[in-house]
Amino acid sequence: MANLPAQAAADTLGARLGRVALYAALGLFALFYLMPMLVMIATSLKDVEEIRSGSLLAWPQSVSLDAWRYAWSEACIGVECTGLAPYFRNSVLMAVPAVLLSSLFGALNGYALTKWRFRGANVVFGMLLFGSFIPFQVVLLPMSQTLGFLGLASSVPGLVLVHTVYGIAFTTLFFRNYYVTLPDDLVKAATIDGAGFFTIFWRIILPLSPSIIVVTVIWQFTQIWNDFLFGASFTSGGAQPVTVALNNLVNTTTGVKLYNVDMAAAIIAALPTLLVYIVAGRYFVRGLTAGSVKG
Amino acid sequence: MPADAVASARAADTGDAGAGDAGARGWLQRHLSKLVVAPSFAAALIFFYGFILWTVIISLTGSRMLPSYEIVGFENYVNIWRLSRWETAVENLFLFGVLFMGLSMALGCLLAVLLDQRIRAEGALRTIYLYPMAISYIVTGTAWKWLLDPGIGLEKAMHDLGWTGFAFNWINDPDMAIYTIVLAAVWQASGFVMAMVLAALRGVDDEIIKAAWLDGASLANIYRRIIIPTIRPVFLSAFVILMHLAIKTFDLVMALTAAGPGTATSVPATFMYDMAFQRDRLDFAATSAVMMLATVAAIIVPYLYSEIRSGKRG
Repeated sequence: MANLPAQAAADTLGARLGRVALYAALGLFALFYLMPMLVMIATSLKDVEEIRSGSLLAWPQSVSLDAWRYAWSEACIGVECTGLAPYFRNSVLMAVPAVLLSSLFGALNGYALTKWRFRGANVVFGMLLFGSFIPFQVVLLPMSQTLGFLGLASSVPGLVLVHTVYGIAFTTLFFRNYYVTLPDDLVKAATIDGAGFFTIFWRIILPLSPSIIVVTVIWQFTQIWNDFLFGASFTSGGAQPVTVALNNLVNTTTGVKLYNVDMAAAIIAALPTLLVYIVAGRYFVRGLTAGSVKG
Repeated sequence: MPADAVASARAADTGDAGAGDAGARGWLQRHLSKLVVAPSFAAALIFFYGFILWTVIISLTGSRMLPSYEIVGFENYVNIWRLSRWETAVENLFLFGVLFMGLSMALGCLLAVLLDQRIRAEGALRTIYLYPMAISYIVTGTAWKWLLDPGIGLEKAMHDLGWTGFAFNWINDPDMAIYTIVLAAVWQASGFVMAMVLAALRGVDDEIIKAAWLDGASLANIYRRIIIPTIRPVFLSAFVILMHLAIKTFDLVMALTAAGPGTATSVPATFMYDMAFQRDRLDFAATSAVMMLATVAAIIVPYLYSEIRSGKRG
């Protein structure tokens, strides 16, 4: 860029002002995204009196974790005053098996559909892929009948089943798109050496898959942990996941409204996925884009 | 294509007709791939397509609290439009969808372009813009519900700062409440557009831009003639995803306004839930669900078709 130095010298002031404006704009946007979270954190650390009298935007004068403790173990959700703890446990018991099962099925499907192609493999993939776009409203009614029929109505195992089944569409898409980029010669050479389907998967394919496994697990965990529709439709009372319990807690209208408790509860419900995002944000972004681009 | 070549070579080796290579082991090895996919395929047939069929059938019946299988034809698809709540829901979805998609795209693109100017602390800023996407819509709804509550939220904060004329009570105003949902949804999803567009911008070949720059092309022209055409597929993907998100919007409405005040912020997803689980109108619940599916399918099927075709060539 031969003409750049001259140009840069010519409008140093303009360029510098431009940079200042650029950073100012970026900073303002950062504030827009951070503000709700910061206000939530600050509010969760205040007592009710300070919320009423003080400013929304002020940092708490005396930091107190009372609201957090109350939200975790004492707050009333419906008629039960157990705090969020048991519902948080439900979410863990729901998310962990559902994530593992759906990822395992996705990996095997992706491997079979790309490295051991059979007649109709594309049709099978297309039918699974469409499943990842279904608005779940269209399966709510038959699913709730089916869960009742299986004796899994309003239970955590029922939610595991639902999330596993509807997760397979996404996990198959992720693994299939990744395995399609691995050279087929890997598999071919191993078959000539006499290795079978599962030996090749275990010895050759899985060792090449850590990054796609991380992407898939993070994506599935975020989706399942944050789900509200299935939890609200298929469970009641003690079997509810944390998102449903949070919504009930916030909308419980008896007594004085404890805003600090609401905010602490919301942060508690958000914490697991937020931590995953902060620790492994790179993979989270890859999941977002992998879920959208290219079949 | 190598994958096909390997597969057909293997098919030839083992003999698809089944002659010669007999024995259970040989059969198993040949069909293992299908057997592994079979459970998922069966699940898809039942839980996706079977369930859709069931819902379609129910939408053609007069089911109330319990499913009945007496077909009454397409009556429900006519009658549902007589319900003012369904009309509100469809209008809201249209208004919400257009604003949500437009604003998320605009803000996401703007952020991506700003971040693409060799910014210091780009990683931290990106993390900040995108984190809402990691949290539940219920949490987002809870936070914004509180911020937008005129008695305790931003309105009160402005009054405390001395700006007593400040009024911001959209959330309690039936005509304006839908815009609060737009605001919270854009807050949540715009970072996602930013991430996609930024990734695409990074994929544009620097050499071409440098060459154009040397030839004296203006920045505006470089964007219009080189960058935007190159990253156009990403716009399409982002639009499809956002539209899909918009049609499925449920959690956020439940947490932020619970479809109120009254029924002012109903959307098809809350309508369906209400009919199914609160009002014992399985017929209307199924009808609305089928219409949602049809809308999604009309957008997604052509998109997937073109994606898979272009994927094949690549």
